[in-house]
Amino acid sequence: MMRYNPEEDAFSDIILSTRIRLARNLRGIPFPAVMNDAMRCAAAKQICAVLEGQTPAGVLHAVEISSLSRIQAVALVEQHLISPEFTDPLPGRVLIRSEDDSFSAMLNEEDHLRLQVLLPGFCLQEAYDRAEEMDQFLENRLPFAFDDEFGYLTQCPTNLGTGMRASLMMHLPAMQENGMMQRIAANLSKLGLTLRGIYGEGSEPKGAIYQLSNQVTLGLSEHSAIDNLNNIARQLIAQERAARASLMKSEKVQDVVLRSLGLLKNARLLSNDEFMVLLSQVRVGVAEQWIAGVSQQELNRLMQQVQPASISIGEGKALEPAQRDRLRAAKVRAALHKAEECEPAAEE
Amino acid sequence: MICQSCGKKNAITHIKQIVNGEIQEYYLCADCAAKLGYGGLFSSFSLNFGDLIGSVLGEGNRRAPAVAETRCPCCGCTFADLVRSGRVGCAQCYEVFRERLLPSIQRIHGNTHHVGHVPASASRKAQHSARLEEARKKLAQAIEEENFEEAVTLRDEIRAMEENEQEDGHDEIQS
Repeated sequence: MMRYNPEEDAFSDIILSTRIRLARNLRGIPFPAVMNDAMRCAAAKQICAVLEGQTPAGVLHAVEISSLSRIQAVALVEQHLISPEFTDPLPGRVLIRSEDDSFSAMLNEEDHLRLQVLLPGFCLQEAYDRAEEMDQFLENRLPFAFDDEFGYLTQCPTNLGTGMRASLMMHLPAMQENGMMQRIAANLSKLGLTLRGIYGEGSEPKGAIYQLSNQVTLGLSEHSAIDNLNNIARQLIAQERAARASLMKSEKVQDVVLRSLGLLKNARLLSNDEFMVLLSQVRVGVAEQWIAGVSQQELNRLMQQVQPASISIGEGKALEPAQRDRLRAAKVRAALHKAEECEPAAEE
Repeated sequence: MICQSCGKKNAITHIKQIVNGEIQEYYLCADCAAKLGYGGLFSSFSLNFGDLIGSVLGEGNRRAPAVAETRCPCCGCTFADLVRSGRVGCAQCYEVFRERLLPSIQRIHGNTHHVGHVPASASRKAQHSARLEEARKKLAQAIEEENFEEAVTLRDEIRAMEENEQEDGHDEIQS
């Protein structure tokens, strides 16, 4: 099989990552919200037992959430491996992760098993194929709760049916700048999709990074849901590119983008909010080929590494905000030391 | 308008979704809207319809006659517990409270019948109808793409499957 290569992604100007999540539950025992500690631990043990040794996702590691410090748990949220609710360290809550974190599973979050495939770039089909492969592997070893009418049974009825959420992390700065997001989000909800900001509150999330995902899970097959998401994502990509094309003619925009690179390359103290805004500009600069020496994938990794909890983890201790800002600035300078302005194309 | 989630404060957020042609509307106060992920930090991860569904489950059954408390034999939950928490207790609850859950499920998804992957452990009927559904979708797509050769093959396959289904049905009646 041709493996997807994120470095050759034709959509890296806009799509950061692809995620498929499947919700599964075991038959014959209550869902996690009704379970006591002993029941959760027993269910986790049952699931962990079948994940020992070689699996389609390689050798997996189990991490008990109660064994983590608060900051370690939050760093996992920043890496999109667990949900914020899952940081509550109830006994029997376990994170399963593959070596490269492309596969992970939360045990006893809202459902007994939430398995996830997270890949860089725009690759819905490959992510789904990998998730399905793991699902099959687990299905042959665990009694999943399934109903002919309602499909896979989940604690929250919003996930009934396929139990699948497919999502894309998208960078949409030009559409955000043009004030298009609210209208688009409203239109998408009519199509059974949701678009919402991540990294920050409000309608204008920090760094203009959004998550597009399917909302309906019952009555729509996995393939239809993915096709649908794929089509809409391509339309959004086209709209964002069109919006960028008209914005980028402005000298003012070019000025903002290249100033942002200057700030990131020289700042000594960098808050996360400021970093996210500047990074968004630099992403645009790389996409427009105004900036060379750094790839979108490198910027994506950098973004994750310098989030507040993740940056502290690297140091092995909790840091004061000022220490974090200093460290963040240093890491960003190191990551961008080769990034520089491209020679502008000669005016005709 | 009172918030449908907490039932206390004034609703200031109106959420309207149209899913598969079905309009769903919720009125929420600022606190509940934030709590349910409409505008909160990490909202993309933490969308918890719990309370919302609780109110939806309740609303659908407001006029339902009082029934002696049925308890799910697996988890011990009553239907009132489900409404209160907005969460279903266990897989068997869907069997025990099926009729009462149906209107809410219809409201949430605009649909009540699963289409898509069916596990090998599911009933033969479920697997059969999943295959049939998949083939019908492929046929529709083939016709749309004017791929008529494939459409003819698919049509014949579907016919054969439908005949099999009828024969299976007869077998079941006879046995």
